[in-house]
Amino acid sequence: MNRRHFLKTLGIAAGVPLSGSLHGVSWAASPATPPAGSPYGNLLILVELKGANDGLNSVIPFANPAYASLRPRIAIGRDQVLMLSEREGMHPSLKPLMALWEKKELAVVQGLGYPNPNLSHFRSIEIWDTASKSEEYLDAGWLARTFAQAPAPRHFAADGVVVGSSDMGPLSGQGVRTIALADTAQFLRTARLARPGADERNPALKHILAVEQEIIHAASKLNTNFTFKTEFPRSAFGNQVRTASQLVASKAGIATIRLTHNGYDTHANQLGTHANLLKDLAEGIAALQSALTELNAWQSTLVMTYAEFGRRPKENQSGGTDHGTANVHFVTGGRVKGGLYGEAPALDRLDGNGNLPFAVDFRSLYATVIDQWWRGDSSRVLGGKFASLDLLRA
Amino acid sequence: MSMKNFFSRFGPPLLGVLLSTAALMPLAHAQSPAPAIGVDAARHLLNRTGFAANDGEIRTFAALSRAEAADRLLETTRLEAAQKPPAWVNEAPIAPARLQAMTQEERMAELRRNVEHAFELREWWFREMLTTASPLTEKMTLFWHNHFATSQQKVRFTPLLYQQNVMLRRNALGNFGSMLRQVARDPAMLIYLDAANSRKEQPNENFAREVMELFTLGEGQYTEKDIKEAARAFTGWSVDRETGQYMFRRGIHDYGVKTVLGKTGNLDGDQVIDVLLRKPETALFLTRKLWREFISPLPDEAAVARLAAEFRDSGYNIAKVLRAMLVSDAFYAMENRATLIKSPVELVVGTMKQFEIDTPNKRPFVLASALLGQNVFAPPNVKGWPGGEAWINSATLLGRKQLIDRLFRNEDRMEVAMRNMDELAAMTGNPPPPGREGRQQRLMERQMGGIRWNLEKWAAGFVRDGRNAEGRESMTRVVLAMAPQSPPAATEKPADWARQLVTDPAYQLK
Repeated sequence: MNRRHFLKTLGIAAGVPLSGSLHGVSWAASPATPPAGSPYGNLLILVELKGANDGLNSVIPFANPAYASLRPRIAIGRDQVLMLSEREGMHPSLKPLMALWEKKELAVVQGLGYPNPNLSHFRSIEIWDTASKSEEYLDAGWLARTFAQAPAPRHFAADGVVVGSSDMGPLSGQGVRTIALADTAQFLRTARLARPGADERNPALKHILAVEQEIIHAASKLNTNFTFKTEFPRSAFGNQVRTASQLVASKAGIATIRLTHNGYDTHANQLGTHANLLKDLAEGIAALQSALTELNAWQSTLVMTYAEFGRRPKENQSGGTDHGTANVHFVTGGRVKGGLYGEAPALDRLDGNGNLPFAVDFRSLYATVIDQWWRGDSSRVLGGKFASLDLLRA
Repeated sequence: MSMKNFFSRFGPPLLGVLLSTAALMPLAHAQSPAPAIGVDAARHLLNRTGFAANDGEIRTFAALSRAEAADRLLETTRLEAAQKPPAWVNEAPIAPARLQAMTQEERMAELRRNVEHAFELREWWFREMLTTASPLTEKMTLFWHNHFATSQQKVRFTPLLYQQNVMLRRNALGNFGSMLRQVARDPAMLIYLDAANSRKEQPNENFAREVMELFTLGEGQYTEKDIKEAARAFTGWSVDRETGQYMFRRGIHDYGVKTVLGKTGNLDGDQVIDVLLRKPETALFLTRKLWREFISPLPDEAAVARLAAEFRDSGYNIAKVLRAMLVSDAFYAMENRATLIKSPVELVVGTMKQFEIDTPNKRPFVLASALLGQNVFAPPNVKGWPGGEAWINSATLLGRKQLIDRLFRNEDRMEVAMRNMDELAAMTGNPPPPGREGRQQRLMERQMGGIRWNLEKWAAGFVRDGRNAEGRESMTRVVLAMAPQSPPAATEKPADWARQLVTDPAYQLK
């Protein structure tokens, strides 16, 4: 009998504190921190801006006269924006991100999209989640495919953790170990209800047992022991950021965390709502940076926003914006090369529906993560070669 | 323990029950040359076609042959719900002129009223599922609600959702073609898929796309051109804003020549539906979906082809294709037992029904089901709930276990279970709304005091003459679709066996 088998038989694993409430922790010995050699020591934190953030009012092309004329009621004035260049500036509510910009750790990627854009929320987020073509239907998320091909080490608590949503998004699919939770402490309290088992023939039962095992395994790795100096915003998103920070503090081994910031489908009277959303987002990301810096983990973290699409340049009759196409997203982290990437919105080249052309395929962002951040092979996952963006320091 | 061991272990008692039930029903037994299906098959049949059958129902069906059992289920189906609907279901929509004149606050109040109505509607449906004499009728209504997914999140006038539910129930085991024509005129559907405003100058393709992709042919069986042409045929199928009822708007209908799937002519919506119903792919698509609902996650394509041909030849008689499935070897095959994952509604309603948990207020159970991923009248998107293994992830599995744990924990029964809805909500990523609605929800949860159930009494019913081992076995086979991962210990009290069975992973299967 080898050591691993022996430990399994005993139902314990060396290095893992035994908890009476857990049923048979059956994972082999693991070091407390991921080995330096695993590319998944680099953490990816995705932030979904659910409902589709209005990119044009987030990174504002104030120097383009078309901007103000398309948005007579909701344009953000030149005097209000936080300058990024002579032509672009950020929404004033994004002020907490300016520190990152000034430290050159904030990349602003403009013009992200894909050919033949779909304007339905569910279909377009499916395209982003699965990294499919517009007409292609894929079952598994792009991260699920990434981990199915190159899993995180077994001793990791999970390949991915979905915080604050029961929709697995890019982590949806087979062959990936994903945990969904809203709050670490509560997850640990309820994880005692998970039951181990084994069944090789019944696929439905096998799936349930695999999820039970994932819960047991993750619970054995997570804790809420770290006390942060960082103050987290008192909002739903702030709680997600706190949870994400606790997950990192557990040093449990997690390759990716997905957060969801809700409420961006601003069809009516959007000025105030959107300002609040961006403030909440920026405060959350600033708190994340602060907490991860406390943990000495900011250098090994990449934070990236995404959404199903951008919003239409022309405001609608209700003082809001309708579904559009290309959008701007933020990438930040200790090793990000700050600056503007992609192309500014081509407001003079709108399509028949009044929507923007895209400049950078969204799959280039994913290729950057897989190839540069995790030193993997994105062409296998993305079904083709997409050029990485040169936004990471070595 | 393997499935095979489970059933062989239960060999002798099965025979005993069979004999005793047969003795009670000598006529049925004597007249039928076909063998009786027995307890395990009866449990399988009733759980797949309903919500967790109790011991008595299982015994009754155990004595029937496959054909008799299927006929019994299909003879007793209903066209209407027995429960009285909420009073507002017949209200007319607010006239456009009055809506225009409303202040923002009045509009918000109206919106909240409709959200509240949607909850009342869900409670009404749950009551029907719990009390109906024909659970199959409700199962099929739920099946069609998922097939013709329509959500309260877009249809902001709740009486229309009630109306659609009534229509789906009336057709649930009737004729699919006839149902599809009614769906294409259903006001809630017309609003949900943007068809109500589709005009010849600018046809909206949403309904035309979904009627092919999701309702009949399935993906890849048509071209984008077919969709554009079909969209023209459905222009003018609209909703009267005054009455909220279907109306055909001649002025915006496209009377020109269209070509849909090779058929050319001055087609209207009904003629497009005719074209779709003639395609063999439609019968195949629907039969596969019914197979995945009732038999197994992986349809047997040869059997599906035979069933689909019968379905199409019958002019899309739903009861007929369902009967063919319910008497088939595949339906009863051991390898297909316990292979389906219970939906949240099946888990919640099934648990209430199985353990005779009664409460005047059904809202906590409606909320529980929603938090576990199935909020009826609010499917996630036009494709409905993905179902199957997608029901179970770490959040929803723990949510299910937490609900069960609280329901069955000795010391603090239901009141506590439901008082902690917030916690469960947070887990599944759908925190209850703060402020007014949140307070309302918490108020509801406190009203749970009226709940009555007695697990000890329910469990004790399985033990006859102090024979614990037999009692434990018969409880296990009523509660679980397959052998538990860990069988209840011999020394425990009957209520503890039940507690252990419902927390077993096998309890998630049907």
